[in-house]
Amino acid sequence: MRQFQGRVVSPGKLTAKALVSHGGLNTLASFQKALQFGDKKATCGDQNNPDLYGKEMAGKALCLPRTIGSTTGGLVLYCACSMGRQPACLLFSEPIDSLAAAGAVLADVWLEGEHTAMPVVDSLGEEFLDYVQDNMTVNVLPDGVVQVI
Amino acid sequence: MSEKMKLTADQQAILGGEQGETLAKVMETLVRYGELFGADSMAPVTSRYNHLVTSFGLKALGPVYDLMDKLIAEGAASMQQFSADPRPVDKNVPSSFLQNFVFQNFMYTKQDFYEEQLGKLGLMDKDAFTCACYLDQVGNTPKEGEVLSWSESSAVVYANSVLGARCNRNSGIIDLMGSVVGYVPNFGLLTDEGRKATWIVEIKTSKKPEAQLLGSAIGMKVMEDVPYIVGLDRWLGTLDDGAKTYLKDFGAATASNGAVGLYHVEGITPEAVRLGRKLVAEDAQVYVVDDAELQRVYDSYPVVWKNKNAKPKLCFMGCPHMSLEQLTTWTERVEQGLKESGKKKVAIPTVFTAAPAVIKEFEATPYGERLKQTGVILSYICPLMYMNNPLSGKMPVITSSNKLRTYTTARYYTDDEILVQITKGGN
Repeated sequence: MRQFQGRVVSPGKLTAKALVSHGGLNTLASFQKALQFGDKKATCGDQNNPDLYGKEMAGKALCLPRTIGSTTGGLVLYCACSMGRQPACLLFSEPIDSLAAAGAVLADVWLEGEHTAMPVVDSLGEEFLDYVQDNMTVNVLPDGVVQVI
Repeated sequence: MSEKMKLTADQQAILGGEQGETLAKVMETLVRYGELFGADSMAPVTSRYNHLVTSFGLKALGPVYDLMDKLIAEGAASMQQFSADPRPVDKNVPSSFLQNFVFQNFMYTKQDFYEEQLGKLGLMDKDAFTCACYLDQVGNTPKEGEVLSWSESSAVVYANSVLGARCNRNSGIIDLMGSVVGYVPNFGLLTDEGRKATWIVEIKTSKKPEAQLLGSAIGMKVMEDVPYIVGLDRWLGTLDDGAKTYLKDFGAATASNGAVGLYHVEGITPEAVRLGRKLVAEDAQVYVVDDAELQRVYDSYPVVWKNKNAKPKLCFMGCPHMSLEQLTTWTERVEQGLKESGKKKVAIPTVFTAAPAVIKEFEATPYGERLKQTGVILSYICPLMYMNNPLSGKMPVITSSNKLRTYTTARYYTDDEILVQITKGGN
C-alpha cells in the first residue's frame, strides 16, 4: 500500500476501484453518453483518451492530472452528480483546474443527498499517477489522504 | 463567513443571506471556487455585457434548468445583459432523417424552454447566439481593463488577449453567477502577476503560419500557461480586421488544444504593445516554432474515422464563428477555386457558420449572393453541437477548425487543403 497526501476540494470518505487517465479528462466528450443517452454507467465517450475510452466511470475513483476541454466542463460534472452518474471521487495529481473546480463546488453547494456526492482531492503529485493503476483499491480519507492498495 | 477571502460588507451581507438563501448560495459558490485558486477578494464585474457558454437546450441538462429556475424564482436575474454561444440546430444544415429525429426528440428538446429562461435572465437580443460575441456586428466588445464573468474558452482568450479585458476561464453556471452578484473571485488572469508570460514562443517559420495549426502547437506545449509570442508581428503587420480574424482562430486553437486563457503577441496585442517584454516572467521557458515543428504537430493528429479514406460528407468552417472579413475573403477564394476546376458548385456539402448579426450584414452585401451561388450554406449553428452525438460522429466531416477536430470526430485540414477539397474534389 502507498499513501498520498492531497488537498481537500470536496470532503468525503470512501473506498472505490481506481480508473486512471494519464491525459487530461475531456469532461464534455467523456460524459456525453451518460448525460444525453441515459448511460447510467457513464461509459467514457472520448475517443481521444485511450486510457478511458469505452470504460465505465460511474462509481470509480477517477485518477487524473486535470480536466480539459469546453468550458461547459463544470456544468457537465454538476449534471452527472445530480443524475447519480458521477465517479465515486475525482483524484487529481495536479492542482485542480477552473472547470473541474466549478463542477466540484457546484455539486457540493447545490446538490443534496448521498447519491450526488463526489469527493474531490487535488495536488496528489505526479508519483500518485505513476503508481495507481486501473482496478487498484483506493481509500479516500476526509483529511485528503489517499491510500492505494 | 469566509475565513480566507476578504469580503466587503456588501459581499458579506449577500453571503450571510440578507438577500435570500439562493443568492447566499451563489456567493458561497463563488467564494469557495475562488479560494481554491488563492483569490484574496472578489472583484466587481465592470463590463457592460456578459457571455454564457450554455446556449443549447439539451434534454440532459435538466439540473441546470432547475438551478436557473431557482435563480429566476428569487428574482436573481443577471445584473448584466448577456450573449450566449450559438444555437445547436439549423434546418438549413444538411442532416439525415435519423439525425433530425435524434436532434428533435432526444437531444435538444428543451431549446425553446431554455431560450425562454435566458430571456428572463437577461439575454441581450433574441438572436445574440454566437461564440464570437466580441465582433463589432454583435456588439459585446469589452474594453481594455474591464473585468468579465465570461465563459466559452475561445471568447475568453480573445477578450483577454486581443481586447485586453480581464477574465478567467470560467465554467458554465459560474459565468452566470458572477453576473448575478456582480463580483468574480480575484485571481489568475484578473491580476497583473497572473497575466505575466511564463513562455516565450519564437516564430521562425518560412511563411505565415496557419493560425489554427500554430494555436494548436502552442496550446499543446504551454497548456494553461501564458505565452509571449515573438516574430508573429512580421506576418500580421498591425491589428487590423485580418489580424483580428487570425488571432480569433489562433486563440481558439490554443484554448481547446491546450487551456490557454491569455496570450501576448509582441507588437500586436494591446498589453504587449504597452508593456513589451516586461510581461515576461523571470525564468520563462522557450519554445521555438518552425516549419518542421508545425509539420510534426499536424502529423500527430489522430484520424478517428472508421474508414480513413472515406469521401467527406460535410465540411464545416467557422468554429469559432467566422468574421465578416473571413466570409468575404472565403467567398472570393471559393469562387476562384471553382473557376480553376471548372465547377459551378462546391463538391462537398459545405457550411460556413457565423453570428446571426454577421450573417445579416454579410447578406446585405453583394458577397452574400455570390457565396450562395457557390453552393456554400451559411448558418448560425454551432458545429460542435451538431457533431456531438453518435450519428454525426460517424460521418466523415472535414474542417479547418482545430477546436472542432479536438472535440469531435471531424478531420482537420489546413485552409488551403479545405479549399482544394471543396472546390476540386471530394477526397
